[in-house]
Amino acid sequence: MALIEVSHLEKTYNDDGVSTPAVRDISFNVQKGEFVAIMGPSGSGKSTLLHILGFLDRQSGGTYRFDGKTMDDYSPVELARVRNAKMGFVFQTFNLLSRTSVLNNVKLPLLYSGIKESYWDEMAKKAIEDVGLSHRLDHESAKLSGGEKQRVAMARALVLDPQIIFADEPTGNLDSKSGQMVMETIQRLNEEHGHTVILITHETYTAEHAQRVIHILDGRIDKDEKVISRRQSEEFIK
Amino acid sequence: MVIKYSIKTALNGLKTHKSRSVLTVLGIVIGITAIILVMSLGQGAQDLILGQIKGIGARTIATVPGRQPKGPTDFISMFTDSLKPADLLALSQKKNVPHADGIMPVVFGSQSAVYENNTYRPTIFGATELFSKIYNIYPEEGRIFTNDEVKSYSDVVVIGSKVNIQLNGNGSLLNQKIKINGRNFKVIGIFPKQGQSTFLNFDEAAFIPYTTAQQYVFGKKHFDRIVVQADTEANVAQTVEDIKITLRNNHNITDPTKDDFFVETQAQAMATVGTITSVLTLFLAAVAAISLVVGGIGIMNIMLVSVTERTREIGLRKALGATEKDILVQFLLEAIILTALGGAIGIILGATLSFIISLVLTKFLAVNWVFSFPVGAAALGLGVAAFVGLVFGIYPARQASKKSPIEALRYE
Repeated sequence: MALIEVSHLEKTYNDDGVSTPAVRDISFNVQKGEFVAIMGPSGSGKSTLLHILGFLDRQSGGTYRFDGKTMDDYSPVELARVRNAKMGFVFQTFNLLSRTSVLNNVKLPLLYSGIKESYWDEMAKKAIEDVGLSHRLDHESAKLSGGEKQRVAMARALVLDPQIIFADEPTGNLDSKSGQMVMETIQRLNEEHGHTVILITHETYTAEHAQRVIHILDGRIDKDEKVISRRQSEEFIK
Repeated sequence: MVIKYSIKTALNGLKTHKSRSVLTVLGIVIGITAIILVMSLGQGAQDLILGQIKGIGARTIATVPGRQPKGPTDFISMFTDSLKPADLLALSQKKNVPHADGIMPVVFGSQSAVYENNTYRPTIFGATELFSKIYNIYPEEGRIFTNDEVKSYSDVVVIGSKVNIQLNGNGSLLNQKIKINGRNFKVIGIFPKQGQSTFLNFDEAAFIPYTTAQQYVFGKKHFDRIVVQADTEANVAQTVEDIKITLRNNHNITDPTKDDFFVETQAQAMATVGTITSVLTLFLAAVAAISLVVGGIGIMNIMLVSVTERTREIGLRKALGATEKDILVQFLLEAIILTALGGAIGIILGATLSFIISLVLTKFLAVNWVFSFPVGAAALGLGVAAFVGLVFGIYPARQASKKSPIEALRYE
């Protein structure tokens, strides 16, 4: 069974009687452990698609199954649990709590996890180590560089060892070198830890870190192809 | 989410906006301070007044000539000379008023007192030796007059501290002669300073035998009061009835509504005064409570701003697994912590102010004021503050919890 099963997915926004279709008849599957990039120009509907995949938004038509279940199979509280335990989110604008330390930012999902507090420090520190930021543990997140901030966000996404990581333009606010480092980290997490990754981007060179790229144009799948020459920049990986 | 972490998160939220939190709390602080101050001072005033009435004695029954006033315009103008020596005689008899422990006729009025070149107008009370016992006041220097001196129309006087000061400065007038209504009186006793008193101002009074007062000072045959002391508090009600029956007999009154006298007890006075001060205190507290509501609206306003400002944070928390309840609890706790903090500060501030005022009243105005901390009002104040936080916090908190995570994350 595929981890993600999307079939004939539709999403239409209704604003003051004007309906704008954002996603039209999209179908694809993602297997466990896959690294998929969803690529398209801005306004192509890729962010809308990601929100539906992350159970943050509801589709207007078609079906979406995550791990065999649709959004309607869960109560709102169970949905929060699924997002908390099975999904990790990385955003373009990092979304860290600015006047809070790196450690406490990474602990944030643990607050809602039901895991005993005595394990929190250990789990958070391990996730921070995984993204190579152990030396920044007690720094206020506002004082970090953009690349470091995004890596904190990734540690936060990883701390509960989710089945899937959704990354929405993770390099969009970074210079190319920091962006490159973030992509290396994502790639390594996918390869070494087996996390399924869905990456949203509009940049070809970012998408080329993935194994497979789904091109989206005007809400439809334009192309779904395997990446033949995957970017491998081992020198950035510690 | 664990409640300990909810509180921690809420505290962090407040800490990041320190000055805003402080200003928000101020509204609640003022409201609670005002309530505590009013309640505490009201309690103090009530204790003071009731204490003075108690000082007169719960067993004391005063018979007053005239008809009991039925309204503000109904002056006690009729039958003011209705208490006669025959009434005193009748009330003194054991068979008429069996539970009377003592009986004292009183006449009073204002008269000039002169010593050398100084003149002062004290209130002159004509009474018997019993008044020291009844009013629980004894001379600081000298003595009170005796029963014999009352019977023999003696020209002796016991004066209040202010009378002494007005007539002779700091020099004691003991054993000196002062002129009252042109007649020489020997000062045989001086009362200690009592301070401001609501009912009887002993400092500005002079006490002489009632016989002398009637005959030589006021020239009247009737009494202004006949004070009876019952043997026990339990017998006060019975004694009141006995007095009424005796006097009606003496005055040939068959219809109680036509009484030409009325009887007052301290219990009645205490009940009346207690009611008046309680109502006043409640009224003032209600006025103070309005400022609490204003403070609560201030909290709601700030929480709404805070919710809007932290839209992204709310979206993020939801994306990371926070439920609506988690968000609701977080923002509600922030509001409640703010108000409870304001309540606690208000209670401390109110009690401190009230304590300072009680100190000022005792030290500088010589009022026998006892500071009382209204525990009930404090608990109420804290409860009300937390309730205000709950009521005015719930709307912003609901707004926060209902935010859609994607809308919230998109919010710039």
